[in-house]
Amino acid sequence: MTDAAGVIGAGLVRGRGRAVRAAMRAGLNAGWIELSHCFTMVADAFEILPIPLLSVVILLVVDAKHVHVPGTHFLIGSTLLAGMLILNVSVNGMAGMALNLTVARDDGTLLRAKATPNGILGLLTGKIVVISGTVMLTVVCLLMVGLAPFSGLALGRAVTWLTLAWVLALGLLAMLSVGAVLGSLFPSARSGNVMMIGIFGLMGISGVYTPITQLPVWLQWTGQAFPLYWLGLGVRSALLPGNLAAVEIGHSWRHLATAGVLAVWAIAGLVVAPVLLRRAARRVSGSSVAARRERAMTRAI
Amino acid sequence: MLKEAGPLPEPGLSRSADPADEPVIDVRDLRMRYGKTDVLNGVSFTARRGEVLVLLGPNGAGKTTTIEILEGFRIRSAGQVSVLGVDPAHGGEAWRARIGIVLQSWRDHGKWRVRELLANLGSYYAPYSSPGASRPWDIDELIALVGLTEHARKRIRQLSGGQRRRLDVAMGIVGRPELLFLDEPTAGFDPEARREFHDLVHRLTDREDAMILLATHDLDEAEKLADRILIMAGGAIIADGSADELARRMSTAAEVRWSRDGQRFVHSAGDPAGFVRELFRQYGGSVEDLEVSRASLEDTYMALVRQFESGPGEGTEHRFSAVTS
Repeated sequence: MTDAAGVIGAGLVRGRGRAVRAAMRAGLNAGWIELSHCFTMVADAFEILPIPLLSVVILLVVDAKHVHVPGTHFLIGSTLLAGMLILNVSVNGMAGMALNLTVARDDGTLLRAKATPNGILGLLTGKIVVISGTVMLTVVCLLMVGLAPFSGLALGRAVTWLTLAWVLALGLLAMLSVGAVLGSLFPSARSGNVMMIGIFGLMGISGVYTPITQLPVWLQWTGQAFPLYWLGLGVRSALLPGNLAAVEIGHSWRHLATAGVLAVWAIAGLVVAPVLLRRAARRVSGSSVAARRERAMTRAI
Repeated sequence: MLKEAGPLPEPGLSRSADPADEPVIDVRDLRMRYGKTDVLNGVSFTARRGEVLVLLGPNGAGKTTTIEILEGFRIRSAGQVSVLGVDPAHGGEAWRARIGIVLQSWRDHGKWRVRELLANLGSYYAPYSSPGASRPWDIDELIALVGLTEHARKRIRQLSGGQRRRLDVAMGIVGRPELLFLDEPTAGFDPEARREFHDLVHRLTDREDAMILLATHDLDEAEKLADRILIMAGGAIIADGSADELARRMSTAAEVRWSRDGQRFVHSAGDPAGFVRELFRQYGGSVEDLEVSRASLEDTYMALVRQFESGPGEGTEHRFSAVTS
């Protein structure tokens, strides 16, 4: 390569980096605008508020300060709170991302992104902002109840907050990654039901409903391959007393493994998702969106 | 200052010295096959900067397939395609930034405000700005161009159908494209929205040096907007020229009407002047109500398409026929 070609090549790489950054900024901006709709528009607020409100009500109604987990001296409120945090981050993060992307494919947003330079990257960035925002809103609502003096939860320790912070951040990112991959693989919003069955199946083997140690060993291994189990383990480690690690695999909270698996899923998903989404975008065109619009309109009539 | 006194490029050595002379679109023997069905059977054409080219043809002629291949949205089966000097099948993001596509929006971005959405979309194009082409378009200027200034703060779902279509155009051109694609842009428009849209395309072509490729099945629209019309039928281009040229070149026959002794006659004549001379030589003063009219582009278009659909092999000449009514 001559010097001149080298200079031009370097210039192209710089230009490409600049364009990628511009697309990510545009995505962040788009995500922020859509998030602000949730807080300024009544209809949107009604869409996202029921889950956090319901969770808070359940936490308050169950007399968390006095009811103990059967056979222990430890209050049931903590397990409830942990379960709700895990459900919120996993269902809203994973399914929310997947459904958002299938809707984007149906309504032409994905086609528009495809017609825009680096648009797919911007679309994905924007969706990450919107969904993390709504998930974090619920998390904050739940934790505020946890902090309330009448709840009787042990949220006062710094180590609890530290663990919660990194587990929720990494866990959410991993869930969004899996959701983005699922959303790119499923052909339309109507196959969302199939996807939800898959997600609930995954919950079944991830120790969300029952301790994973009660499952057959091969299912335990399957469960541990997915990030949901590790998200749950991390949240429980932050909120439950240390001796409850006894019911977990290896009688330990396994923080190092948790961080590792969640990080691998988060990074792998964020690398693979744009590729898959671009591949999914190849199948949409003006005519296919127009055909879907036509079908939707005739259905409406 | 030595650089300025460099040697002149030798003729024949520099390929396409002036990039403005290079075709914006160059399609050769483009073929598309789905399973066993041939949708495009060897489409070839070129288009130059500043030209408004209209693909005109009935539904199923292959217009959309052609456009989607040029947009890089579909992979062709065979043939050579170059758009702005690049094969669309391998067009990167920088290529994408030079192209605009008007898509019919539907229910996406309903909660966004007009200006908000255009500004966000425009920011993707800023890194591709160059001294020759500043990108994106100034947003307020763009909104004024499409006539949405008083609606700039409105939410998109509050726009009327016509306003929304004008926003679609603004979204298509926000990156100041060198080439703009429009596929059936006025399908489902009422007459007023259609006229507004045509005015907008005229405003656009007056200001910008961009090339426009528009597909439509509406002859009237093609006549109003096109510098050049390609008529497509059955996956091939069957005619190519300006509206005027097409009407002239293909309507070999003119219609001659007259009455004689209270009877009305209609005759399709290839040489109307000669026919009328002969008519007067034979019947002289008894010829009344004489009327000669050349077939309109519409007649020509309908005849061409009908003839194409009735199968190849039939001659294109119009036969003489006399009708009494």
